[in-house]
Amino acid sequence: MRMNPADYKAYADSFSPPSKLWRNMLFAFVIGGGICVLGELLLTLFSTLGFEKDECATLNCISLIFLSALLTAFHLYDNIAKHAGAGTLVPITGFANAVVAPAIEFRPEGMVLGVGAKIFSIAGPVITYGIIASILAGLCYYLGGLL
Amino acid sequence: MKTLSFDGQRPCILQTASSVGKKEGEGNLTPFYDNIFQDAYLGEKSWEKAESKLLKTNLKTLLEKANESPENIDIVFGGDLLNQCISSNYGLLDFHIPFLGLYGACSTFVEGMILAAMAVHGNYAQKAIALTSSHFCSSERQFRFPLEYGGQRTPTSQWTVTGSGAALIAKGGEIEITHATIGRIIDYGISDINNMGAAMAPAAIETIRRHFQDRNLPNDYFDLVVTGDLGSVGKQITQQQLKNYGLDLEDRYIDCGDKIFDKEKQDAHAGGSGCGCCASVFSGWLYYLLRTGKCRRILLTATGALMSPTSSFQGESIPGIAHCISIERKTDNQ
Repeated sequence: MRMNPADYKAYADSFSPPSKLWRNMLFAFVIGGGICVLGELLLTLFSTLGFEKDECATLNCISLIFLSALLTAFHLYDNIAKHAGAGTLVPITGFANAVVAPAIEFRPEGMVLGVGAKIFSIAGPVITYGIIASILAGLCYYLGGLL
Repeated sequence: MKTLSFDGQRPCILQTASSVGKKEGEGNLTPFYDNIFQDAYLGEKSWEKAESKLLKTNLKTLLEKANESPENIDIVFGGDLLNQCISSNYGLLDFHIPFLGLYGACSTFVEGMILAAMAVHGNYAQKAIALTSSHFCSSERQFRFPLEYGGQRTPTSQWTVTGSGAALIAKGGEIEITHATIGRIIDYGISDINNMGAAMAPAAIETIRRHFQDRNLPNDYFDLVVTGDLGSVGKQITQQQLKNYGLDLEDRYIDCGDKIFDKEKQDAHAGGSGCGCCASVFSGWLYYLLRTGKCRRILLTATGALMSPTSSFQGESIPGIAHCISIERKTDNQ
């Protein structure tokens, strides 16, 4: 074939079915929104149980992370995520899934070189750049306070 | 190197065996597999061990079907997708058959068949076996993400087949390997590992064209021209480009990856892939077609995507390769 890489890519793309964007966005909105609604319900529940506002937020996070880890362990989270896409990726449940999934997957390699070394193989970049971003934000906040 | 011609007493495929997992067993070719494993772990504790057992069981089935003992086999040419080909290494451990391990990604099955045919034709071996396997779960963890990770696959992505295929090659049978074309590495710059069909298609086109040219064959010479695992995207590119070159295969062209799963009911996106795809489809369904005379001539072209997770992370494009062999019923080519 006489084609340069750019021409071939365009040619190959013409045979490649596109992602169903509208369908994906709808599912992401509904399921992602559903997770947020669940979070709100949990907040209300904890506050009616008499917890302080700060405690409610912490308990809410813990509950959602626990639920996500549980669903991941029962092989259900990935089946929901297949349809939900960003809807299950963006909330805190996505982060929990990204930690639990490698922990399960690399268990056969042992607790140190398997679970220990690989547990953050997906979530690691989020943690690394999250810390760097928070340091920068903290610096800005500090410098702003000096002015 | 031009297309090889096995003149004189030709190497033949005496027997095959095909074993697959549950999803493949529920696909389009259910009746043609020797073993369908419902448990993805095959009773083992890791995916790697599961794949080894799949390959081992398939080789055992082949030996039983052919009524051969391992001592009578001169050599096995085999491989898989895992690092250092561990599925084959551990799977073959107990057989004590001389072994040459191969890596040609998903092209390994035909690579093995060509080498087995060369060894038999050159009288270096009387009985040789070509053997490959792949497993969805062991491939996912090596090439992509942990199984339970919640990601979304693109429509062009392919599903690694859990399967193994094996072929016993020796002289004196009905189904002959007449010619073989060894592929060249070809790269058209595709770097998306979720579109491997497009990355491998140029290699398939080049090898198939070269085979027809070298032998000066008419377009309708083969009952079926088969590619290994281009999937629906790569299949369309190959069909269209071959047609542009004047090689219109019409409905005589099929792709194993496109064929193995039920596209309507099974969630396999662009189709199957992996060393086990072409191997299990050939060893099951296609060999049945040849054996029963429903097909007289088949050109089997296995396609491989020669990237690694490291090269993908470094942004390199995906080189492709394709090898083909011409398989014909003896009564028809004399």
